[in-house]
Amino acid sequence: MTASFWRYVLLVAAKDLRIEGRSREVLYTMGFSAALVVLVFSFALANATDPGQGPLTAAGVLWAATLFTGTVALARVLDRERENESIRALLLSPAPRPAIYLGKLLATSLLMILVEVALTLLVGVFFSTGVFDHLVWLAVILVLGTLGFAAAGVVFSAALLRARSREALLGAMLFPIVIPVLLAASRATACLFDPLAPDLAPVSFWMRFLLATDVIYVSLGLWVFEPVVTGE
Amino acid sequence: MRAIMSTMPSRTKSSLFVGACAITAALFIIASRAIVEAPQEVTMGLVQKIFYFHVPCAWLLMLSTLVCAGGSLSYLFRGSERGDRVGLCAAELGVLFGLCVLVSGPLWAKVAWGVYWQWEARLTSSLLLWLMLLAYLLARRYGGASARQLAAALALFAAIDIPLVYFSVRFFRSIHPHTTVVSTLGPGMRPAFWLALVAFTALWSVLFYARLRAENTHARLVELEVLLDQAEEKKP
Repeated sequence: MTASFWRYVLLVAAKDLRIEGRSREVLYTMGFSAALVVLVFSFALANATDPGQGPLTAAGVLWAATLFTGTVALARVLDRERENESIRALLLSPAPRPAIYLGKLLATSLLMILVEVALTLLVGVFFSTGVFDHLVWLAVILVLGTLGFAAAGVVFSAALLRARSREALLGAMLFPIVIPVLLAASRATACLFDPLAPDLAPVSFWMRFLLATDVIYVSLGLWVFEPVVTGE
Repeated sequence: MRAIMSTMPSRTKSSLFVGACAITAALFIIASRAIVEAPQEVTMGLVQKIFYFHVPCAWLLMLSTLVCAGGSLSYLFRGSERGDRVGLCAAELGVLFGLCVLVSGPLWAKVAWGVYWQWEARLTSSLLLWLMLLAYLLARRYGGASARQLAAALALFAAIDIPLVYFSVRFFRSIHPHTTVVSTLGPGMRPAFWLALVAFTALWSVLFYARLRAENTHARLVELEVLLDQAEEKKP
Protein backbone atom coordinates (compact mmCIF):
# COMPACT_ATOMS: atom_id res chain seq x y z
CA MET A 1 0.00 0.00 0.00
CA THR A 2 1.51 3.24 -1.19
CA ALA A 3 1.47 6.70 0.34
CA SER A 4 -1.25 7.79 -2.11
CA PHE A 5 -3.45 4.91 -0.90
CA TRP A 6 -3.27 6.20 2.66
CA ARG A 7 -3.88 9.74 1.38
CA TYR A 8 -7.16 8.51 -0.12
CA VAL A 9 -8.05 6.77 3.15
CA LEU A 10 -7.54 10.01 5.05
CA LEU A 11 -9.41 12.03 2.40
CA VAL A 12 -12.50 9.80 2.62
CA ALA A 13 -12.40 9.80 6.43
CA ALA A 14 -11.85 13.58 6.53
CA LYS A 15 -14.78 14.12 4.14
CA ASP A 16 -17.13 12.13 6.39
CA LEU A 17 -15.86 13.79 9.55
CA ARG A 18 -16.14 17.26 7.97
CA ILE A 19 -19.78 16.60 7.01
CA GLU A 20 -20.41 15.32 10.53
CA GLY A 21 -18.61 18.33 12.03
CA ARG A 22 -21.02 20.64 10.19
CA SER A 23 -24.25 18.84 11.03
CA ARG A 24 -23.24 16.86 14.18
CA GLU A 25 -26.25 14.70 13.34
CA VAL A 26 -24.70 11.28 14.04
CA LEU A 27 -22.90 12.45 17.20
CA TYR A 28 -26.00 13.98 18.76
CA THR A 29 -28.46 11.23 17.82
CA MET A 30 -26.00 8.50 18.72
CA GLY A 31 -25.00 10.15 22.00
CA PHE A 32 -28.63 10.69 22.99
CA SER A 33 -29.67 7.12 22.12
CA ALA A 34 -26.63 5.78 23.99
CA ALA A 35 -27.57 7.74 27.10
CA LEU A 36 -31.14 6.44 26.82
CA VAL A 37 -29.99 2.83 26.48
CA VAL A 38 -27.85 3.18 29.64
CA LEU A 39 -30.76 4.80 31.49
CA VAL A 40 -33.21 2.12 30.38
CA PHE A 41 -30.85 -0.61 31.57
CA SER A 42 -30.18 1.14 34.87
CA PHE A 43 -33.96 1.51 35.48
CA ALA A 44 -34.61 -2.10 34.51
CA LEU A 45 -31.75 -3.49 36.57
CA ALA A 46 -31.96 -1.09 39.55
CA ASN A 47 -31.30 -3.04 42.77
CA ALA A 48 -31.99 -6.23 40.86
CA THR A 49 -28.46 -7.42 40.42
CA ASP A 50 -26.27 -9.35 42.78
CA PRO A 51 -23.49 -6.95 43.96
CA GLY A 52 -20.92 -9.50 42.77
CA GLN A 53 -22.35 -9.28 39.25
CA GLY A 54 -22.08 -5.45 39.16
CA PRO A 55 -18.94 -5.21 36.97
CA LEU A 56 -20.34 -7.77 34.53
CA THR A 57 -23.63 -5.86 34.28
CA ALA A 58 -21.89 -2.51 33.81
CA ALA A 59 -19.63 -3.93 31.09
CA GLY A 60 -22.59 -5.63 29.40
CA VAL A 61 -24.61 -2.40 29.40
CA LEU A 62 -21.65 -0.42 28.04
CA TRP A 63 -21.17 -2.80 25.10
CA ALA A 64 -24.88 -3.36 24.43
CA ALA A 65 -25.32 0.42 24.22
CA THR A 66 -22.28 0.64 21.93
CA LEU A 67 -23.73 -2.05 19.67
CA PHE A 68 -27.15 -0.42 19.37
CA THR A 69 -25.89 3.10 18.85
CA GLY A 70 -23.06 1.95 16.59
CA THR A 71 -25.70 0.57 14.25
CA VAL A 72 -27.24 4.05 14.08
CA ALA A 73 -23.86 5.55 13.19
CA LEU A 74 -23.15 2.93 10.54
CA ALA A 75 -26.53 3.35 8.90
CA ARG A 76 -26.21 7.15 8.81
CA VAL A 77 -22.58 7.41 7.65
CA LEU A 78 -23.29 5.19 4.65
CA ASP A 79 -26.80 6.57 4.13
CA ARG A 80 -25.30 9.94 3.24
CA GLU A 81 -23.70 8.33 0.21
CA ARG A 82 -27.12 7.19 -0.97
CA GLU A 83 -28.54 10.70 -1.04
CA ASN A 84 -28.10 12.17 -4.55
CA GLU A 85 -26.37 8.90 -5.49
CA SER A 86 -23.06 10.27 -4.23
CA ILE A 87 -21.85 6.69 -3.77
CA ARG A 88 -21.64 6.51 -7.58
CA ALA A 89 -19.38 9.57 -7.63
CA LEU A 90 -17.26 8.10 -4.85
CA LEU A 91 -16.87 4.81 -6.72
CA LEU A 92 -16.03 6.64 -9.96
CA SER A 93 -13.32 8.66 -8.23
CA PRO A 94 -9.70 7.45 -8.58
CA ALA A 95 -9.73 6.32 -4.93
CA PRO A 96 -9.18 2.54 -4.67
CA ARG A 97 -12.21 0.76 -3.19
CA PRO A 98 -10.20 -0.66 -0.25
CA ALA A 99 -9.17 2.92 0.55
CA ILE A 100 -12.84 3.97 0.54
CA TYR A 101 -13.57 1.08 2.90
CA LEU A 102 -10.75 2.03 5.26
CA GLY A 103 -11.75 5.70 5.14
CA LYS A 104 -15.34 4.85 6.08
CA LEU A 105 -14.08 2.48 8.78
CA LEU A 106 -11.83 5.17 10.23
CA ALA A 107 -14.56 7.83 10.27
CA THR A 108 -17.18 5.50 11.79
CA SER A 109 -14.77 4.20 14.43
CA LEU A 110 -13.74 7.74 15.44
CA LEU A 111 -17.37 8.84 15.81
CA MET A 112 -18.18 5.74 17.83
CA ILE A 113 -15.18 6.17 20.11
CA LEU A 114 -16.18 9.78 20.84
CA VAL A 115 -19.63 8.61 21.95
CA GLU A 116 -18.14 5.67 23.89
CA VAL A 117 -16.10 8.07 26.04
CA ALA A 118 -19.30 9.76 27.22
CA LEU A 119 -20.99 6.37 27.51
CA THR A 120 -18.25 5.00 29.75
CA LEU A 121 -18.59 7.97 32.09
CA LEU A 122 -22.36 7.47 32.26
CA VAL A 123 -21.94 3.77 33.03
CA GLY A 124 -19.41 4.70 35.72
CA VAL A 125 -21.94 7.04 37.35
CA PHE A 126 -25.09 4.92 37.06
CA PHE A 127 -23.49 1.58 37.95
CA SER A 128 -20.95 2.93 40.50
CA THR A 129 -18.07 1.40 38.59
CA GLY A 130 -14.43 2.41 38.74
CA VAL A 131 -13.98 3.24 35.07
CA PHE A 132 -10.70 5.09 35.72
CA ASP A 133 -8.97 2.19 37.48
CA HIS A 134 -7.33 0.80 34.33
CA LEU A 135 -7.79 3.67 31.90
CA VAL A 136 -5.18 2.64 29.31
CA TRP A 137 -6.41 -0.96 29.15
CA LEU A 138 -9.99 0.23 28.88
CA ALA A 139 -9.05 2.60 26.03
CA VAL A 140 -7.35 -0.24 24.16
CA ILE A 141 -10.38 -2.52 24.57
CA LEU A 142 -12.75 0.24 23.45
CA VAL A 143 -10.66 0.85 20.32
CA LEU A 144 -10.29 -2.86 19.48
CA GLY A 145 -13.98 -3.62 20.10
CA THR A 146 -15.12 -0.64 18.05
CA LEU A 147 -12.80 -1.53 15.20
CA GLY A 148 -14.11 -5.11 15.03
CA PHE A 149 -17.70 -3.92 15.08
CA ALA A 150 -17.18 -1.22 12.45
CA ALA A 151 -15.06 -3.49 10.19
CA ALA A 152 -18.01 -5.83 9.63
CA GLY A 153 -20.58 -3.05 9.90
CA VAL A 154 -19.20 -0.91 7.05
CA VAL A 155 -19.39 -3.89 4.65
CA PHE A 156 -23.02 -4.67 5.47
CA SER A 157 -24.09 -1.06 5.65
CA ALA A 158 -22.61 -0.52 2.17
CA ALA A 159 -24.29 -3.66 0.85
CA LEU A 160 -27.64 -2.46 2.19
CA LEU A 161 -27.43 0.95 0.48
CA ARG A 162 -30.00 -0.10 -2.10
CA ALA A 163 -32.27 -2.09 0.25
CA ARG A 164 -35.62 -0.68 1.35
CA SER A 165 -35.70 -1.74 5.01
CA ARG A 166 -32.02 -0.97 5.64
CA GLU A 167 -32.16 -0.17 9.35
CA ALA A 168 -34.06 -3.34 10.26
CA LEU A 169 -31.88 -5.55 8.09
CA LEU A 170 -28.58 -4.03 9.23
CA GLY A 171 -29.17 -5.19 12.80
CA ALA A 172 -30.35 -8.62 11.70
CA MET A 173 -27.26 -9.15 9.50
CA LEU A 174 -24.69 -7.54 11.74
CA PHE A 175 -25.52 -8.69 15.27
CA PRO A 176 -24.81 -12.44 14.80
CA ILE A 177 -21.44 -11.54 13.26
CA VAL A 178 -20.32 -9.05 15.89
CA ILE A 179 -21.43 -11.06 18.92
CA PRO A 180 -17.94 -12.62 19.33
CA VAL A 181 -16.54 -9.06 19.45
CA LEU A 182 -19.20 -8.01 21.95
CA LEU A 183 -18.54 -11.08 24.11
CA ALA A 184 -14.78 -10.63 24.18
CA ALA A 185 -14.99 -6.86 24.77
CA SER A 186 -17.57 -7.11 27.55
CA ARG A 187 -15.68 -9.93 29.31
CA ALA A 188 -12.43 -7.95 29.21
CA THR A 189 -14.20 -4.77 30.36
CA ALA A 190 -15.93 -6.64 33.21
CA CYS A 191 -12.55 -7.85 34.41
CA LEU A 192 -11.22 -4.26 34.37
CA PHE A 193 -14.28 -2.96 36.25
CA ASP A 194 -14.01 -5.66 38.92
CA PRO A 195 -12.04 -4.34 41.94
CA LEU A 196 -11.79 -7.91 43.29
CA ALA A 197 -10.27 -9.39 40.11
CA PRO A 198 -7.02 -11.13 41.15
CA ASP A 199 -5.07 -10.21 38.00
CA LEU A 200 -5.46 -8.97 34.45
CA ALA A 201 -4.61 -12.29 32.74
CA PRO A 202 -8.16 -12.73 31.36
CA VAL A 203 -7.99 -9.18 29.95
CA SER A 204 -4.86 -10.07 28.07
CA PHE A 205 -6.51 -13.23 26.68
CA TRP A 206 -9.66 -11.38 25.50
CA MET A 207 -7.52 -8.58 24.09
CA ARG A 208 -5.60 -11.05 21.92
CA PHE A 209 -8.91 -12.58 20.86
CA LEU A 210 -10.21 -9.11 19.92
CA LEU A 211 -7.03 -8.31 18.02
CA ALA A 212 -7.27 -11.56 16.03
CA THR A 213 -10.96 -10.91 15.27
CA ASP A 214 -10.15 -7.35 14.15
CA VAL A 215 -7.39 -8.52 11.82
CA ILE A 216 -9.70 -11.14 10.26
CA TYR A 217 -12.69 -8.80 9.94
CA VAL A 218 -10.68 -5.90 8.48
CA SER A 219 -8.91 -8.24 6.00
CA LEU A 220 -12.24 -9.76 4.94
CA GLY A 221 -13.79 -6.30 4.73
CA LEU A 222 -10.98 -5.04 2.48
CA TRP A 223 -11.45 -8.09 0.28
CA VAL A 224 -15.23 -8.13 -0.11
CA PHE A 225 -16.05 -4.40 -0.01
CA GLU A 226 -15.51 -3.88 -3.74
CA PRO A 227 -17.71 -6.74 -5.08
CA VAL A 228 -20.37 -5.97 -2.48
CA VAL A 229 -20.60 -2.25 -3.11
CA THR A 230 -20.31 -2.39 -6.91
CA GLY A 231 -22.79 -5.27 -7.42
CA GLU A 232 -26.24 -4.53 -8.81
CA MET B 1 -17.73 -34.52 -12.68
CA ARG B 2 -19.90 -31.51 -13.54
CA ALA B 3 -19.03 -31.91 -17.24
CA ILE B 4 -20.02 -35.60 -17.15
CA MET B 5 -23.29 -34.79 -15.36
CA SER B 6 -24.19 -32.00 -17.79
CA THR B 7 -23.80 -34.30 -20.82
CA MET B 8 -25.95 -37.03 -19.24
CA PRO B 9 -29.52 -37.44 -20.48
CA SER B 10 -32.15 -36.39 -17.97
CA ARG B 11 -33.46 -39.98 -17.52
CA THR B 12 -29.99 -41.25 -16.57
CA LYS B 13 -29.68 -38.42 -14.04
CA SER B 14 -33.07 -39.32 -12.55
CA SER B 15 -32.11 -43.02 -12.31
CA LEU B 16 -28.84 -42.09 -10.60
CA PHE B 17 -30.73 -39.88 -8.19
CA VAL B 18 -33.23 -42.63 -7.34
CA GLY B 19 -30.25 -44.99 -6.82
CA ALA B 20 -28.60 -42.47 -4.47
CA CYS B 21 -31.87 -42.15 -2.51
CA ALA B 22 -32.08 -45.95 -2.19
CA ILE B 23 -28.46 -46.18 -0.99
CA THR B 24 -29.13 -43.41 1.57
CA ALA B 25 -32.23 -45.22 2.85
CA ALA B 26 -30.25 -48.49 3.11
CA LEU B 27 -27.47 -46.68 4.99
CA PHE B 28 -29.99 -45.29 7.46
CA ILE B 29 -31.44 -48.75 8.08
CA ILE B 30 -27.96 -50.22 8.69
CA ALA B 31 -26.93 -47.25 10.88
CA SER B 32 -30.14 -47.53 12.96
CA ARG B 33 -29.42 -51.21 13.60
CA ALA B 34 -25.84 -50.43 14.56
CA ILE B 35 -27.00 -47.66 16.94
CA VAL B 36 -29.51 -49.97 18.60
CA GLU B 37 -26.89 -52.71 18.97
CA ALA B 38 -24.11 -50.36 20.17
CA PRO B 39 -23.42 -50.73 23.92
CA GLN B 40 -24.84 -48.15 26.29
CA GLU B 41 -22.44 -45.66 27.85
CA VAL B 42 -21.88 -46.42 31.54
CA THR B 43 -22.63 -43.03 33.12
CA MET B 44 -25.16 -41.51 30.72
CA GLY B 45 -27.04 -44.62 29.64
CA LEU B 46 -29.55 -44.44 26.80
CA VAL B 47 -29.35 -40.64 26.35
CA GLN B 48 -25.80 -40.97 25.02
CA LYS B 49 -27.29 -42.37 21.82
CA ILE B 50 -28.31 -38.78 20.86
CA PHE B 51 -24.59 -38.44 20.08
CA TYR B 52 -25.05 -40.56 16.89
CA PHE B 53 -27.57 -37.99 15.65
CA HIS B 54 -26.14 -34.80 17.15
CA VAL B 55 -22.52 -35.04 15.92
CA PRO B 56 -23.37 -35.85 12.25
CA CYS B 57 -25.84 -32.94 12.22
CA ALA B 58 -23.17 -30.62 13.68
CA TRP B 59 -20.70 -31.79 11.01
CA LEU B 60 -23.32 -31.08 8.31
CA LEU B 61 -23.97 -27.62 9.74
CA MET B 62 -20.27 -26.86 9.28
CA LEU B 63 -20.12 -28.52 5.84
CA SER B 64 -23.15 -26.51 4.69
CA THR B 65 -21.53 -23.27 5.84
CA LEU B 66 -18.31 -24.17 4.07
CA VAL B 67 -20.11 -25.01 0.82
CA CYS B 68 -22.22 -21.86 1.15
CA ALA B 69 -19.05 -19.78 1.60
CA GLY B 70 -17.39 -21.50 -1.38
CA GLY B 71 -20.38 -20.81 -3.62
CA SER B 72 -20.59 -17.22 -2.37
CA LEU B 73 -16.89 -16.68 -3.03
CA SER B 74 -17.31 -17.88 -6.59
CA TYR B 75 -20.36 -15.61 -7.03
CA LEU B 76 -18.75 -12.50 -5.52
CA PHE B 77 -15.42 -12.70 -7.35
CA ARG B 78 -16.30 -14.55 -10.57
CA GLY B 79 -19.94 -13.61 -10.92
CA SER B 80 -20.89 -17.30 -11.03
CA GLU B 81 -24.68 -17.66 -10.96
CA ARG B 82 -24.27 -21.35 -10.20
CA GLY B 83 -22.09 -20.46 -7.20
CA ASP B 84 -24.87 -18.22 -5.95
CA ARG B 85 -27.40 -21.04 -6.24
CA VAL B 86 -25.00 -23.46 -4.51
CA GLY B 87 -24.68 -20.94 -1.66
CA LEU B 88 -28.44 -20.65 -1.27
CA CYS B 89 -29.08 -24.42 -1.26
CA ALA B 90 -26.24 -25.05 1.21
CA ALA B 91 -27.49 -22.29 3.53
CA GLU B 92 -30.98 -23.80 3.57
CA LEU B 93 -29.56 -27.20 4.49
CA GLY B 94 -27.32 -25.55 7.08
CA VAL B 95 -30.37 -24.01 8.75
CA LEU B 96 -32.14 -27.40 8.71
CA PHE B 97 -29.25 -29.41 10.18
CA GLY B 98 -28.36 -26.57 12.55
CA LEU B 99 -31.87 -26.75 13.94
CA CYS B 100 -31.39 -30.50 14.52
CA VAL B 101 -28.15 -29.73 16.42
CA LEU B 102 -29.81 -27.05 18.52
CA VAL B 103 -32.72 -29.31 19.42
CA SER B 104 -30.81 -32.55 20.05
CA GLY B 105 -28.03 -30.83 22.08
CA PRO B 106 -30.31 -29.37 24.80
CA LEU B 107 -32.20 -32.70 25.06
CA TRP B 108 -28.91 -34.40 25.91
CA ALA B 109 -27.78 -31.50 28.11
CA LYS B 110 -30.91 -31.66 30.29
CA VAL B 111 -29.95 -35.18 31.32
CA ALA B 112 -26.16 -34.76 31.37
CA TRP B 113 -25.85 -31.24 32.85
CA GLY B 114 -29.28 -30.78 34.45
CA VAL B 115 -30.11 -27.74 32.29
CA TYR B 116 -31.17 -27.34 28.67
CA TRP B 117 -28.74 -24.53 27.88
CA GLN B 118 -25.37 -23.31 29.16
CA TRP B 119 -23.74 -20.13 27.89
CA GLU B 120 -20.44 -21.75 27.04
CA ALA B 121 -18.21 -21.43 23.97
CA ARG B 122 -19.30 -24.42 21.85
CA LEU B 123 -23.01 -23.82 22.31
CA THR B 124 -22.77 -20.08 21.80
CA SER B 125 -20.62 -20.32 18.67
CA SER B 126 -22.90 -23.01 17.17
CA LEU B 127 -25.97 -20.88 17.84
CA LEU B 128 -24.21 -17.90 16.22
CA LEU B 129 -23.33 -19.94 13.15
CA TRP B 130 -26.95 -21.00 12.80
CA LEU B 131 -28.13 -17.39 13.24
CA MET B 132 -25.72 -16.27 10.52
CA LEU B 133 -27.18 -18.81 8.09
CA LEU B 134 -30.66 -17.66 9.05
CA ALA B 135 -29.54 -14.06 8.42
CA TYR B 136 -28.21 -15.23 5.02
CA LEU B 137 -31.69 -16.46 4.06
CA LEU B 138 -33.25 -13.22 5.36
CA ALA B 139 -30.76 -11.19 3.33
CA ARG B 140 -31.63 -13.20 0.20
CA ARG B 141 -35.32 -12.54 0.67
CA TYR B 142 -35.44 -8.93 1.85
CA GLY B 143 -32.04 -7.50 0.89
CA GLY B 144 -33.37 -5.55 -2.11
CA ALA B 145 -31.34 -4.97 -5.27
CA SER B 146 -28.05 -6.18 -3.80
CA ALA B 147 -29.52 -9.07 -1.79
CA ARG B 148 -27.22 -11.65 -3.35
CA GLN B 149 -24.03 -9.65 -2.72
CA LEU B 150 -25.11 -8.96 0.84
CA ALA B 151 -25.87 -12.64 1.48
CA ALA B 152 -22.57 -13.72 -0.10
CA ALA B 153 -20.60 -11.36 2.16
CA LEU B 154 -22.51 -12.73 5.13
CA ALA B 155 -21.61 -16.30 4.13
CA LEU B 156 -17.90 -15.39 4.12
CA PHE B 157 -18.15 -13.88 7.59
CA ALA B 158 -20.06 -16.98 8.73
CA ALA B 159 -17.23 -19.22 7.48
CA ILE B 160 -14.92 -17.54 10.02
CA ASP B 161 -17.13 -18.98 12.75
CA ILE B 162 -16.41 -22.59 11.69
CA PRO B 163 -12.93 -22.81 13.29
CA LEU B 164 -14.35 -20.99 16.31
CA VAL B 165 -17.05 -23.67 16.68
CA TYR B 166 -14.61 -26.54 16.18
CA PHE B 167 -11.76 -25.30 18.37
CA SER B 168 -13.92 -23.50 20.97
CA VAL B 169 -13.67 -26.44 23.39
CA ARG B 170 -9.86 -26.16 23.28
CA PHE B 171 -9.53 -22.36 23.43
CA PHE B 172 -12.07 -21.70 26.16
CA ARG B 173 -13.03 -23.37 29.40
CA SER B 174 -15.87 -25.57 28.23
CA ILE B 175 -18.09 -28.24 29.72
CA HIS B 176 -19.02 -29.53 26.27
CA PRO B 177 -17.41 -32.89 25.34
CA HIS B 178 -14.12 -32.32 23.51
CA THR B 179 -13.33 -33.06 19.86
CA THR B 180 -11.28 -36.07 21.05
CA VAL B 181 -14.46 -37.84 22.15
CA VAL B 182 -14.70 -39.70 18.81
CA SER B 183 -11.25 -41.28 19.17
CA THR B 184 -12.09 -42.39 22.72
CA LEU B 185 -15.30 -44.20 21.74
CA GLY B 186 -15.54 -47.84 22.76
CA PRO B 187 -14.98 -50.42 20.00
CA GLY B 188 -18.71 -51.27 19.91
CA MET B 189 -19.68 -47.63 19.46
CA ARG B 190 -17.32 -46.72 16.62
CA PRO B 191 -19.10 -48.53 13.75
CA ALA B 192 -22.45 -47.03 14.82
CA PHE B 193 -20.94 -43.53 14.87
CA TRP B 194 -19.20 -43.78 11.49
CA LEU B 195 -22.24 -45.38 9.86
CA ALA B 196 -24.48 -42.61 11.19
CA LEU B 197 -22.02 -40.01 9.92
CA VAL B 198 -21.93 -41.57 6.43
CA ALA B 199 -25.74 -41.96 6.32
CA PHE B 200 -26.33 -38.35 7.31
CA THR B 201 -23.72 -37.11 4.82
CA ALA B 202 -25.42 -39.17 2.10
CA LEU B 203 -28.76 -37.62 3.09
CA TRP B 204 -27.22 -34.14 2.89
CA SER B 205 -25.80 -34.91 -0.58
CA VAL B 206 -29.15 -36.19 -1.86
CA LEU B 207 -31.05 -33.19 -0.46
CA PHE B 208 -28.44 -30.79 -1.76
CA TYR B 209 -28.56 -32.28 -5.25
CA ALA B 210 -32.37 -32.25 -5.34
CA ARG B 211 -32.56 -28.65 -4.09
CA LEU B 212 -29.85 -27.47 -6.49
CA ARG B 213 -31.61 -29.15 -9.38
CA ALA B 214 -34.86 -27.41 -8.46
CA GLU B 215 -33.02 -24.08 -8.19
CA ASN B 216 -31.31 -24.61 -11.57
CA THR B 217 -34.66 -25.42 -13.18
CA HIS B 218 -36.17 -22.30 -11.60
CA ALA B 219 -33.31 -20.17 -12.95
CA ARG B 220 -33.76 -21.68 -16.43
CA LEU B 221 -37.51 -20.97 -16.30
CA VAL B 222 -36.89 -17.33 -15.35
CA GLU B 223 -34.42 -17.10 -18.24
CA LEU B 224 -36.98 -18.55 -20.67
CA GLU B 225 -39.64 -16.16 -19.37
CA VAL B 226 -37.36 -13.20 -20.08
CA LEU B 227 -36.60 -14.51 -23.59
CA LEU B 228 -40.32 -15.00 -24.22
CA ASP B 229 -41.08 -11.43 -23.10
CA GLN B 230 -38.32 -10.10 -25.35
CA ALA B 231 -39.63 -12.10 -28.30
CA GLU B 232 -43.17 -10.78 -27.73
CA GLU B 233 -41.89 -7.20 -27.55
CA LYS B 234 -40.16 -7.61 -30.91
CA LYS B 235 -43.37 -8.81 -32.59
CA PRO B 236 -44.81 -6.18 -34.95
